[in-house]
Amino acid sequence: MVMFWVSLLAISILLYVLLDGVDLGVGLLFGLASGETRRGAMLSAVAPIWDGNETWLVVTAVILWGAFPLVYATLLSAFYLPLIVMLLGLILRGVAFEFRYKTQRLRWIWDLSFAGGSLSATFIQGMTVGALVEGLPFTNGQYSGGEAGWFTPFAVLCGVGLCLGYALLGACWLAKKCEAEIRDVAHRQIPVLAVGVLAFLVVVFAYALAENLPILHRWIDRPYLFVFPAIGAVAATVLALSIVRHNDHWPFYMVALIFISAFGTLALSFWPYMIPFVISINEAAAPHSSLAFMFWGCGVIVFPLMLLYTVISYTVFRGKVRAVDGYGHH
Amino acid sequence: MDMTALFLSRIQFAFTITFHIIFPSFTIGLAAWLTVLEALSFSTGRPVYGVIFDFWLKIFGIAFGMGVVSGIVMAFQFGTNWSVLSRMSGPIQGPLLMFETFWAFMLEASFFGVLIFGRSRVPPWFYLFSTAMVALGTTFSAFWIMVNNSWMQVPTGYVLENGAFVPNDWSKIIFNSVVWSRFPHMVLAAYLTGAFCVAATGAWYMLRKVYHAEARIMLRMGLGLAAVLMPIQLLFGHLNGEYVNTYQPSKMAAIEGRWNDEKPGSEVLFAWPDVASRRNLFAITLPPPFGSLIDSDSLTAAETGLNSIPRENWPPVVIPFFAFRIMVGCGLLMLGLAWLGSYLSYRHRLAYNRPLLWLTFLSFPLPFIAIITGWFTAEVGRQPWVVFGVLRTADAMTPFLTARQATISLVIFCTVYSFIFLFGTFYIYRLIRTGPVRKPFATPHLVVPNRPMSLADDELIEDPSHLVAGE
Repeated sequence: MVMFWVSLLAISILLYVLLDGVDLGVGLLFGLASGETRRGAMLSAVAPIWDGNETWLVVTAVILWGAFPLVYATLLSAFYLPLIVMLLGLILRGVAFEFRYKTQRLRWIWDLSFAGGSLSATFIQGMTVGALVEGLPFTNGQYSGGEAGWFTPFAVLCGVGLCLGYALLGACWLAKKCEAEIRDVAHRQIPVLAVGVLAFLVVVFAYALAENLPILHRWIDRPYLFVFPAIGAVAATVLALSIVRHNDHWPFYMVALIFISAFGTLALSFWPYMIPFVISINEAAAPHSSLAFMFWGCGVIVFPLMLLYTVISYTVFRGKVRAVDGYGHH
Repeated sequence: MDMTALFLSRIQFAFTITFHIIFPSFTIGLAAWLTVLEALSFSTGRPVYGVIFDFWLKIFGIAFGMGVVSGIVMAFQFGTNWSVLSRMSGPIQGPLLMFETFWAFMLEASFFGVLIFGRSRVPPWFYLFSTAMVALGTTFSAFWIMVNNSWMQVPTGYVLENGAFVPNDWSKIIFNSVVWSRFPHMVLAAYLTGAFCVAATGAWYMLRKVYHAEARIMLRMGLGLAAVLMPIQLLFGHLNGEYVNTYQPSKMAAIEGRWNDEKPGSEVLFAWPDVASRRNLFAITLPPPFGSLIDSDSLTAAETGLNSIPRENWPPVVIPFFAFRIMVGCGLLMLGLAWLGSYLSYRHRLAYNRPLLWLTFLSFPLPFIAIITGWFTAEVGRQPWVVFGVLRTADAMTPFLTARQATISLVIFCTVYSFIFLFGTFYIYRLIRTGPVRKPFATPHLVVPNRPMSLADDELIEDPSHLVAGE
């Protein structure tokens, strides 16, 4: 039962990162784009899907609370201010999709809140993961880092890294979904961002070596973990080839694969801890009566239905977005 | 434990949940109203129902969207500010919230897409079915939230193990008798909110002498529904009082402004409860046994006063005392308005009765005020407990939360919410002012499921003058 809920949690987080990573990344690139035509086209590439994507964050939160209440309580309270800024960033960028088309004169406000909200949400997600990898300060199982225990150079570095990563994912999505100018711009951005992500990974690895992070020892103990970075390396090679050939679709799938391998790497190096190396999966798990109740009521039937719904909604909106499809135009 | 942080966290939770409840209480009722309209349109084939449906669907879209974004915050706030509560009650409250997310979200998200862009793509019966499913989704959502909150009011079906509430009987938690008077009370409140908003809109058009056919239907159906539901709502309100009297005597004593044990009890109608000197100033009181009759359905029952409850277990007396009276006052006003309006409408005289049209138009805040003050009564009256009788609010807070963190978060919540609320209500106002559009429903180019508010864009295209006015 615990394993079932760990798997569902992992699937939900991975889906959230891959799906919302796309539209957060488009939000980041939106801030760099100028001109209403370009901005409108970029928005319409993610408009049908962003809200559903974001729901996976709520799903993640309730799985954490229901199945691993100790982790929910510890993480959310330790990351108090960053999480609240992230939520408000997500709200501001969410309403911007709708509100920017209600006004001409004040549109800059909503464009700013869209790009700014995407940036703050992405940065904070990366920073959170970074702080977890580096290890939060704990005393006797209680968080003891105070107001800013999560704020370290390494965490900031990871925040910047995730911004590059989501932007790369967003650029690949735009290349896949758009045509003409947007696609060409995306094709120019992809190699730059890919090199940026690569540089980030090298720096992270160097930093981890220099600081002798405890997570590194897991790697020496478990050489089979290198399967995931190996997959990532293959994906990166195919990505480089597809960039050279100006392919519209392959970059996206390869970047997604890189994200999956990074996620797998992280998850396996945390294992069996949820907050390394303080709270393990079994310590965090809710009592059996709770897990079983959720298994029958939510897990076995409703969760697959939610996956099915996501698949259907992506199928409905497959293919290239035409320039006239922006919802400022109907 | 930082007492300022505790106070600010309580204010923050109250602020964010008050903001949030406005939208679901509106959309639960509207979803049901849309289902009724679609069913009427389906069975009678009269185009006017379709026109009204399309009109209210747009308003539903904006309110639904605001409810969704303000609801995401709630899923996180238990953990950020109330980490001790979320760790202890996680095994019970976590699964209940998961049911809400998984069940309600599934239905709402799937069928809302059909509602918005599927009109021309699915057969009419399936469209009607989708409308009903969205309504069912919002109702499920309300149900799981009420189960959750009812457990905090009257905890049951658990054992305390290793400092956590471990569920040992889910049927007791879900079929808690308290749920079954509180859930109908909330759903009826939401239906009444929808009814009064619809009737107020109809009255506004009548007063402006526009959209006569639609306005007549909105007025008649809104007031008629309210006239039927209002007495039932009062009955469920009374049943809620019974659970409070049984399980939460401290809340009851605060609501009634009752200081001493009485047998049988008297009933304080109005007063200023003076907590320091433990008495009521300026009291207007009905003699015994009215208090026992109202609280216990009995002429002789003994009623508990605050003096026989330890001082540290008192809720803040003034807030539940007045919030309850404001709620009941709004309810009685709505009852009078609904009955009088329905009577006049039945006699075909409502359209000429401008004072009553004005009153109906101005009545739309009443259900919202009643819902908010009702929740204030329930939640403030539960204090000083977060899980009644078992866990104190002061012990439930994140232990290392500082006043500075709480101040920063409260300030940014207030700023961002006010900003969004102003724009959102302004867009709803603009839609309602513009009114229904009498044209065959055209599916816009790319209206998107999961993007409820996209519906609101149409108006700008219809009439450029609103664009200017809207700026």
